[in-house]
Amino acid sequence: MLQQYRPLDGSRIAVPDSVLGIEMADDCTRFNLRIAGTGIAPAGKVFGVTLPKVIGQTAASGDKLALCLGPDEWQLMAPLDERDRIEAAFAALYAKVPHSLVDISHREVGIVVEGSAAAVALCSACPLDLDEMPVGAATRTIFDKAQIVLIRQGRDSFRIEVWQSFADHVWGILQAAGREITLEI
Amino acid sequence: MLLIRCPHCAAERPEVEFVYAGEAHISRPRDPAVLTDEQWKNHLFIRSNPRGTHFERWRHIHGCGRFFNAVRDTVTDKFAMTYKAGLPRPSEAEIREARS
Repeated sequence: MLQQYRPLDGSRIAVPDSVLGIEMADDCTRFNLRIAGTGIAPAGKVFGVTLPKVIGQTAASGDKLALCLGPDEWQLMAPLDERDRIEAAFAALYAKVPHSLVDISHREVGIVVEGSAAAVALCSACPLDLDEMPVGAATRTIFDKAQIVLIRQGRDSFRIEVWQSFADHVWGILQAAGREITLEI
Repeated sequence: MLLIRCPHCAAERPEVEFVYAGEAHISRPRDPAVLTDEQWKNHLFIRSNPRGTHFERWRHIHGCGRFFNAVRDTVTDKFAMTYKAGLPRPSEAEIREARS
């Protein structure tokens, strides 16, 4: 049987005085959804969250989250046990509303960066202007050389969604940034 | 680092999120088979390469993923404006207004 190898699971970077805490997020179901204009409303109903129409916005309902990443592209995140239900529901929708729904759960990992120094730690490798990013926004961007999806969950709380194969690299940079913040360099 | 405005995201984003994709407003001949080798070569390889205002394609690859067009000055490297692909080439007056 194939087994997923998730070396970073359970890892944590902590900086004293709780100015920064970085840890791996619990695994979740992730889908990439591509759908045309008229299908947005029915797709949102099937998923259980009204899909945001403006690029960069997110919408949440319970523990489900929908991110609008492009003009016709969404990332849907839900608890692990919802995967089969969502897949089946979208399959039933397909005859009426053509779309593309790809399960990318295994491709990505989540990293939660929290604390008053969270933005500083991210700025070490992310060229995005985080002051301009409102709470509840999400965008695809770049972290050093790795493409990430960055979600601002709160003023001092971010979540990075990054490919498994880049996660180690991103983690290493965050570790270095954490050390610099600890030493107040 | 340059900031480039993505017309889809409607936001100024860092240059490293984008890739350059050549000159804009080049339409592929409808029937390449009837072209002479000379005409086909011109379509494929010959670009205007102006000094000054240049219309070019960019792709917001580490963002929304979309192609769009931009007006950039090749001397100063300053972007005058960006607009969605498929829209007509902006007039000189529009570019002047965007620069001011």
